[in-house]
Amino acid sequence: MRAPLGRYVVRRLLYALPTLLGVTLAVFLLVRLIPGDPARLIAGLLASDDEVQRLRVELGLDRPMPEQYARFLASVLAGNFGLSAVTRTPVIEEIGIRMRATLTLAVTSTALAVAAGLSAGVLAAAYHNTAVDYAVMMAALGGVSIPVFWLGIMLMLLFAVHLHWVPAGGTGTPAHLILPAVTLAAFSTAIVARMTRGSLLETLNLDFVRTARAKGMGEGAVIIRHALRNALIPVVTVVGLQFGTLLGGAVLTETTFAWPGLGRLLVSAITARDYPVIQGIVIVFAAMFVVVNLVTDLLYVAVDPRIRYG
Amino acid sequence: MSPSTRGSDTDKGVRPTIPSAGRSAWDRLRRRRTAAAGLVVLGMLLVSSLAAPLLMGDPDAVDFAAVLQSPSLAHPLGTDQLGRDLLTRVIYGGRISFLIGALAVLLALAAGIPVGVISGYAGGTVDLLVQRGVDLLLAFPGFLLALTLIAVLGVGVTNVVVSVAVAAIPVYVRLVRGATLVIREQTYIEAARALGAGDRAIILRHVLPNCLTPVIVQSTLQLGAAILTAAGLGFLGLGVRPPTPEWGTMLGEGQTYLLSYWFIATFPGLAIFLVVMAFNLVGDGLRDALDPRAGARG
Repeated sequence: MRAPLGRYVVRRLLYALPTLLGVTLAVFLLVRLIPGDPARLIAGLLASDDEVQRLRVELGLDRPMPEQYARFLASVLAGNFGLSAVTRTPVIEEIGIRMRATLTLAVTSTALAVAAGLSAGVLAAAYHNTAVDYAVMMAALGGVSIPVFWLGIMLMLLFAVHLHWVPAGGTGTPAHLILPAVTLAAFSTAIVARMTRGSLLETLNLDFVRTARAKGMGEGAVIIRHALRNALIPVVTVVGLQFGTLLGGAVLTETTFAWPGLGRLLVSAITARDYPVIQGIVIVFAAMFVVVNLVTDLLYVAVDPRIRYG
Repeated sequence: MSPSTRGSDTDKGVRPTIPSAGRSAWDRLRRRRTAAAGLVVLGMLLVSSLAAPLLMGDPDAVDFAAVLQSPSLAHPLGTDQLGRDLLTRVIYGGRISFLIGALAVLLALAAGIPVGVISGYAGGTVDLLVQRGVDLLLAFPGFLLALTLIAVLGVGVTNVVVSVAVAAIPVYVRLVRGATLVIREQTYIEAARALGAGDRAIILRHVLPNCLTPVIVQSTLQLGAAILTAAGLGFLGLGVRPPTPEWGTMLGEGQTYLLSYWFIATFPGLAIFLVVMAFNLVGDGLRDALDPRAGARG
């Protein structure tokens, strides 16, 4: 089994590269789809005609498309996303400054979602068709249905405006992280809880679990020692995919809570039509997601012997 | 993520969808109280938003003498920063949300189903190419993809529909491809092939009907998701253009007042929550009703 698994890992890594290349190509083409002069778009509305002309030559916008893309790719690989059309600072610096805030939020929310979602899901499955199960499922239904920005506003109204327990927005202390992290985690928690419950219930119906029960094993031991290990396999994938939802949700959550992350920067860049910043953030977000998915896929294969990876 | 796309059991997916099962599936769906509640909520919201022009006044009527008023008899949900009646705007908002959701899902279905079936059935190079394409779309987390497209296309109803639909296409391609992969390996497909059935016949008579269950369930859930995405874009000021009463846009417009006047944020958001929850309830109910295995277990 080891040799083909190794080959699979290499192949999967090789597949991620074209995807990342595709991302840069897609972003490159998208920005050039916008009607108007790309040099003017990238330079920003405040730039003078001379500046625009200089930028056109500098970016090679007078060259054929394939050459333009090659140049674009080369600079992206070198970590050069150009200058912000609004602030004139290098895009990569702006991204660097905001990255930490977004990662802090995303990682905290993921941890929260996995911990809460797994526990709730196992509880619901263990107490299938009881009040516990119904309560978890109702809460999960709420979690997948509630608009993340509205949840944020409602939590702010309750815990910041009325109860004064936590700050309403901004950053600085760990207390600032609580509301945004809980808000952002709500959807993923619900998904993880549902997946855990569903997968566990399905596993509990399988033959090997019946065998374990027939041996006289207690229900708790059956769940923990046999069923949960198998039930967790699809949950791994869900957690990886949730990271994408989380990045999308981060845009809304950061805007709601004035959290100084990449998502909020992206929204203001879109509003200001700051295309170099938009390009940079979209590529960075996509790259993060591709890497997380890659790791998830590898984990999935590592834990599930049923997958054929030939 | 329908259970029928995971394949360790041999009894799932084997049963073709029998046309006459529709009636009992409908009965089972109605019997489930939560799904029924979802249907009732959806029905009420749909009817009220369709009948909005008959029931309510002008949603854009500005009244500077009645700005930011708390809920009262005259304005049951209060008024916004321009003195517009929030109840009227929330009810009118349903029209735009349902419209965007339905159009986006239809567009995604039209693109996603054929591509998914062909990818799963053909396998080989075709599958590989399609999956690279799907990977590329999936490399952009759904909401971000919609957001990026809006950044390029600009705001407005049509662009919101297109952006939300494109973000949903990979979901359908993956779902249908996964279902096709499972169905393709079933014994009855082998039997059909042995009897001389061609690829087209197998796809149309066996593969597509068996993909239908997860697609129907997914589409119901996707309607809610599409409305949620559109509302998110609206909240960021990147969705439907402002005077139009879309729920997310209403929240975005009133952003400055959200924390001082609770009713401005509460009711449009509650409307989104209710609609999305109703679609989810109906979708889950449909899944239980259409999947005999899940029905027997619940």
